[in-house]
Amino acid sequence: MNSTGLIIKREYLSRVKKNSFIIMTLLGPLLLAAIMIVPIWLATQEKSELRIEVIDESFLFKDLIPENENIRFDYPPVSVIPAQENFYNTNYDAILYIPHNVISGGNAVKIFYKTPLGFAAEEYIASTFSKMAYNVILLKNKVDIKTIKIAAQNSQIKVLSEKIKTDGKSEKQNSGTFIAIAIGAGVLIYMFIFMYGVQVMRGVMEEKSNRIVEVILSSVKPFQFMMGKIIGIALVGLTQFVIWCVLTFSIYSIGSATLLKNIDIKQVQQKEEVYSIGADLNYEKMKQIDKANVVTQVWNDLKLIDVKAITLAFLFYFLIGYFMYAALFAAVGAAVDNEADTQQFVLPITIPLILCFVVAQFVIQNPESNITYWLSIIPFTSPIVMMLRLPFGVPINELILSMSFLVAGFFITTWIAARIYKTGILLYGKKASWRELTKWLFYKQ
Amino acid sequence: MQPILSANNIVKNYANHTALDRVSIEIPSNSIFGLLGPNGAGKTSLIRIINQITGPDSGEVLFNGEPLSPKHIFEIGYLPEERGLYKKMKVGEHAMYLAQLKGLSKAEALEKLKHWFDKFDITPWWNKRVEELSKGMQQKLQFIVTVIHAPSLLILDEPFSGFDPINTNLIKDEILALKQSGTSILFSTHNMESVEELCDHIALLDKSNKILGGSVEEVRTSFKSNRYQISFTGSIISFTNSLWTLGKLINHSTDNNLITAIVEVNKDVSPNQLLSNVMDKSEIRSFTELVPSMKEIFISQINNNKESIEPAINE
Repeated sequence: MNSTGLIIKREYLSRVKKNSFIIMTLLGPLLLAAIMIVPIWLATQEKSELRIEVIDESFLFKDLIPENENIRFDYPPVSVIPAQENFYNTNYDAILYIPHNVISGGNAVKIFYKTPLGFAAEEYIASTFSKMAYNVILLKNKVDIKTIKIAAQNSQIKVLSEKIKTDGKSEKQNSGTFIAIAIGAGVLIYMFIFMYGVQVMRGVMEEKSNRIVEVILSSVKPFQFMMGKIIGIALVGLTQFVIWCVLTFSIYSIGSATLLKNIDIKQVQQKEEVYSIGADLNYEKMKQIDKANVVTQVWNDLKLIDVKAITLAFLFYFLIGYFMYAALFAAVGAAVDNEADTQQFVLPITIPLILCFVVAQFVIQNPESNITYWLSIIPFTSPIVMMLRLPFGVPINELILSMSFLVAGFFITTWIAARIYKTGILLYGKKASWRELTKWLFYKQ
Repeated sequence: MQPILSANNIVKNYANHTALDRVSIEIPSNSIFGLLGPNGAGKTSLIRIINQITGPDSGEVLFNGEPLSPKHIFEIGYLPEERGLYKKMKVGEHAMYLAQLKGLSKAEALEKLKHWFDKFDITPWWNKRVEELSKGMQQKLQFIVTVIHAPSLLILDEPFSGFDPINTNLIKDEILALKQSGTSILFSTHNMESVEELCDHIALLDKSNKILGGSVEEVRTSFKSNRYQISFTGSIISFTNSLWTLGKLINHSTDNNLITAIVEVNKDVSPNQLLSNVMDKSEIRSFTELVPSMKEIFISQINNNKESIEPAINE
């Protein structure tokens, strides 16, 4: 094996074998999958059943309030004062008091409780009553509910945008899923550059401060040593990334298969029927179906996205972007003697990265603006901004331009970094300043 | 015999100062060469150039008569003054890593390391982390990985700094054994006793210039001041008279009956002449030519150089 290979191997193995790496790699997907699954799981969780005593002074809702698996309503023939006095002798969790003027100016129902019912139950009651009151008012005024429902249903107009390509064919894109994937990819690139760039810097500083560097430089060129470290750490990052993807996907699949099994595609088809029946007041069921619909919507969108192209673009910007920044981080590590001195150099390096984050929203809202264009061409910001632009369609020549600039940027920064690295790594006790670094750049080697 | 390494007119400038100003050295094959000089004299700069860590601004380095090139890296073993190890690595893995960087195959490296680990009694530490080793053991490890690939030129920069006397002797013996087996050694140090003990040739660097060089014998001879120390019994007056025109008495002391005199003779007077002149009148007990030690030469040369250059430097 040649020297660079040996260095890559050492950098890779020494990091992959670390406990912290193993823990992070295994815990990351668990956390990620948990973030995806837990909210849905919680939403479908059965809570303990609430029994509610309804005292309806309006006489409009007796036996009509829709129940769900968590809330049951009873309609005992008592009035509100005795019910309150007797509350603790019953096993009801709450009294729901409907005043006589609830739809003629009162606009409120009251809940008396022993212990608070919780947000979900109150929300359920509020929305159910709003809808029922709406229907009742329509009925009272002799308006046909079905007509209103059909009108409400059919008047929800969405905007579906399709791009016409130069060959006249249309292309469906710009879906929410695609944008979400692009943002995810951008965040990943940002995190990867930051996390592993700093690892490169730390690694170089460690070698400098424990004085191993001169021993190794008698066997390999400084450039080989620097690149070996950068590549080795890139492989560590890729390993972590691949394991994360595989684990997250499998945990998510297993989790959703077991926890979310009551959401299936059939329900989505039922949605149409439910809407067409219209009068059905089972809102809870419709809500659940809406949730399922989001899942299928995402799957349908994924089929439309050119997965291969976006994966390739991602890997390219991910790796080359990292290489460019990693070289600069290596130069900083070589230039300083201790962690405290890194601040003045790390901040300027990371400003373009942070800028990407600041402008991310602007980019998504204005994918065609000049600022977006230039940020997606300039090497320091292009890895993230171009990923954000991709869902909106990027002409192939702009993509090539951006990629070539990034490769060129990578070569230039690596050249600069290598020169600073070469000089800095063997220099002890000299406090590096920007002026000093510029001098090192022009040293005869 | 062709020198293993010759550096000719090496110049190395850094931004604010000149590290080496037309320095030439020649390391004869199969010898120990001492590169001496105070801190900042340019020793490390020269060593880094020989190791191809940096390049000279001008001048050339020949290794076995060929211009220095990357292939020679594997023929040189370098123990830097500032040396360290990866603290978190296992001792064995670390040694394997450095050995393979020096061009050994995995199998070769393993075999040779086993031999050296046994020799230095550190085999039980193979699977321990480097940070668990004592300082002395870390230094043994560093020495092993420096010589593991059997380099034809071994460069040791302050090899004894931080070593305890036992390890110092261990390393000294190894250095001499390596010389026996044909290795040439460039040895940079402040420790003048070890220079006299080990070195065959020296070069003295000061303020970026070589101010002295040659074989240790030649150097010491060229600095001898024609002084002799003679111990005898008898009379100091008749001793002084017997010197006659050969030279003069510098100093003398009397301890019981034994008189110890230091005599400086004229240049062309041989020790035999001196001895035959004084032995008639005095009972000679000991007779030693006073040759200055390397330490004395070192200090006097550096001081001379300081006087001649100091006023010009204004930093």
